[in-house]
Amino acid sequence: MATFALNDDSVVVVVGSGAGGGTLATDLALKGIKVVCLEAGKRYEAEDFINDEWESFAQLAWTDQRMTSGSWRVARDFAQLPAWIVKAVGGSTTHWAGASLRFQEHEFKARTTYGNVAGANLIDWPLTLADLAPYYDRAEDRMGVTRTHGIPGLPGSNNFKVFEAGAKKIGYKDVHTGRMAINSQPRQGRGACQQIGFCFQGCKSGAKWSTLNAELPRGEATGKLEVRPQSHVFKIEHDQKGKVTGVLYYDKDGKEQRQKARAVAVAGNSIESPRLLLNSHSAMFPNGLANSSGQVGRNYMRHMTGSVYAVFDKPVKMWRGTTMAGIIQDEAHHDTKRGFVAGYELETLSLGLPFMAAFLDPGAWGREFTTALDSYENMAGMWIVGEDMPQEKNRITLHASAKDKYGIPVANVHFDDHPNDIAMRAHAYRQGSAIYEAAGATRSFPTTPYPSTHNLGTNRMSDKARDGVVNKYGQTHDIKNLFVSDGSQFTTGAAENPTLTIVALAIRQAEYIADQMAKNVI
Amino acid sequence: MDTTNQEEHRPDDLGRRHFLLSASAIAAMAVSGNALIHTSEAWGLEATGLKPETMRTLVKMARDIFPHDKIADKFYALAVKTYDEKAAKDAKLKSLIESGVAELDGFAREKYKTVYAGVGWERDRVNLLRRIQTGGLFKKLRGDLVVSLYNQKEVWPAFGYEGESASKGGYVNRGFSDITWL
Ligand SMILES: Cc1cc2nc3c(=O)[nH]c(=O)nc-3n(C[C@H](O)[C@H](O)[C@H](O)COP(=O)(O)OP(=O)(O)OC[C@H]3O[C@@H](n4cnc5c(N)ncnc54)[C@H](O)[C@@H]3O)c2cc1C
Ligand code: SF4
Repeated sequence: MATFALNDDSVVVVVGSGAGGGTLATDLALKGIKVVCLEAGKRYEAEDFINDEWESFAQLAWTDQRMTSGSWRVARDFAQLPAWIVKAVGGSTTHWAGASLRFQEHEFKARTTYGNVAGANLIDWPLTLADLAPYYDRAEDRMGVTRTHGIPGLPGSNNFKVFEAGAKKIGYKDVHTGRMAINSQPRQGRGACQQIGFCFQGCKSGAKWSTLNAELPRGEATGKLEVRPQSHVFKIEHDQKGKVTGVLYYDKDGKEQRQKARAVAVAGNSIESPRLLLNSHSAMFPNGLANSSGQVGRNYMRHMTGSVYAVFDKPVKMWRGTTMAGIIQDEAHHDTKRGFVAGYELETLSLGLPFMAAFLDPGAWGREFTTALDSYENMAGMWIVGEDMPQEKNRITLHASAKDKYGIPVANVHFDDHPNDIAMRAHAYRQGSAIYEAAGATRSFPTTPYPSTHNLGTNRMSDKARDGVVNKYGQTHDIKNLFVSDGSQFTTGAAENPTLTIVALAIRQAEYIADQMAKNVI
Repeated sequence: MDTTNQEEHRPDDLGRRHFLLSASAIAAMAVSGNALIHTSEAWGLEATGLKPETMRTLVKMARDIFPHDKIADKFYALAVKTYDEKAAKDAKLKSLIESGVAELDGFAREKYKTVYAGVGWERDRVNLLRRIQTGGLFKKLRGDLVVSLYNQKEVWPAFGYEGESASKGGYVNRGFSDITWL
């Protein structure tokens, strides 16, 4: 593995090693560009992962302080845990379930398709499905997404079979075991899924794609990529011309370091990325870097989510096998006859008993709650993921008083549901319950959204500089050698799980950065 | 919610010292000197930071908050045991617990002429809990129990949950798709 000097100003610094950062860092290295990837978390490998929900959470999750506000229920139940994401090498791709879907064509044109939705800050993406299709293709190949490139689907688990039976009974057609970045057969040096059932806890068999097991090692093998764990970036520096020159970070001993850079790409996920840009304010950029539009941190999206669990008179044992290999796509289209714009997907989901107790109905107690858990063995579950509306007031700001252990202001996450989100969720709860009732459920539980696993939109792409933070390559409108490379680039959220799109954008961005460097533009 | 790791508890930690029957026994849980004795489940717990009566009330509250008829009292006792240890060192916690329990017992005496743990029907105890459910003790207890009760590996079998599976090769050959009743 390469190591680069702190004062080597020819390297590209990538902040974060998750879906966006890990892919970008690897691709740049594969193109022969020197990269230092600074990652706040530690490095754990497959053998370190733990098949235990709380222990794994303590190992991998981002538990540094964050604050919340707004009318969303998470602010009440989990006031300092707005998001369930990762602080470790590989980022949230260690936790993720692997569902890998392309956006639909109309979802890139949200403003045009949905019109002027009151209270929503909708614009179209500055790129189209056709622009992204070749990169989706490459992303699917790299990630080994089932049902693409001739890769067979995963076998259906018990949880899937219940879901499928109910879905077919109520007339849904587009039902299958998903497009999953989980090997259904050995591929690219990684084995097939062992149906361990702890996909959210880091896959111990390595069947599930992550930047940790599939990307970074390839990048490191080129001798061009240095991944530096336990390196928490807190400021991006710039020169008098307004070009970025490097970053300041705290190393594993808590010591301040300066890594110089030719260009910087920010990929800390949609809460930390805007926090870093805002905390990098200077005399020249008093409102934070790349923030001439005032849009840094705004338009925070988390997908319209929720879950439906249901109990049956016989065992399901939903915890056995892949966590999310099952999907119904019949509601993913846009059809205002349902009382809302945009659409949603339904995906199988299971939680172990400890997380079920924490998330089924946070704050609940008494027999209504405990009799649900008494039937845990007979329970099936699904997750709802739909497009939510970007709103300017839903935003990441720097908290006025709370500071992290280094004394840096922490992020506050403000969120209110949009009426469209609420109408869509109500529809999805009805459909989800109907599916399980058709399969014989005796009781169903429309379950409130968890702390956000999909965090999007806070440095969004826009055609015009005044509408967003980055252009269609993730390059900031204001600073040529500063990029955003994670889900915070999303102009809108679409109905699909975001990671495939984050990876496709990172592959595309790597080409662009290499090209701009070759032309000496940056 | 307490997201920190819970140390693993073993039932015998409760100690098996004083198995004395007491005339003031309330159901199976009796107080004798500094100890809380469970006669039918045969365990005892020496209270150090809190009063033994308080520990008894906490165990009862824990069950009434998350009642599972198939789970023995000892698991509820294990779930609240750390309060006793912590209260010995933490005066604020001790007073939160002791005053919260005193308030609850006060409501019970007003209505039923007995302490909370002596009220016979769960329904009546739950109504008493409702009166304190916005208070500090209740909120803390409920929030902590979500982890300290349900994260005990020994209770998982009662729910059918099988826990760790990687060391057994996952479920690929062990029934991930063995459902037959559909
Ligand atoms: C339980 C769970 C299940 C999921 N399932 C799916 C799924 O099935 N399909 C799907 O598409 N998506 C899924 N997701 C979402 C997916 O994981 C994320 O969308 C994706 O990983 C986001 O990529 P990212 O690059 O934006 O950020 P991340 O992958 O979160 O990576 C960000 C990294 O940056 C680091 N970092 C942050 N700030 C700093 C700093 N200041 N200095 C240095 N490093 C920093 C973090 O520690 C982290 O490692 C799931 C997420 C979770 C939590
Ligand atoms: S179910 Fe498959 S993908 Fe999930 S953790 Fe187990 S082996 Fe990995």
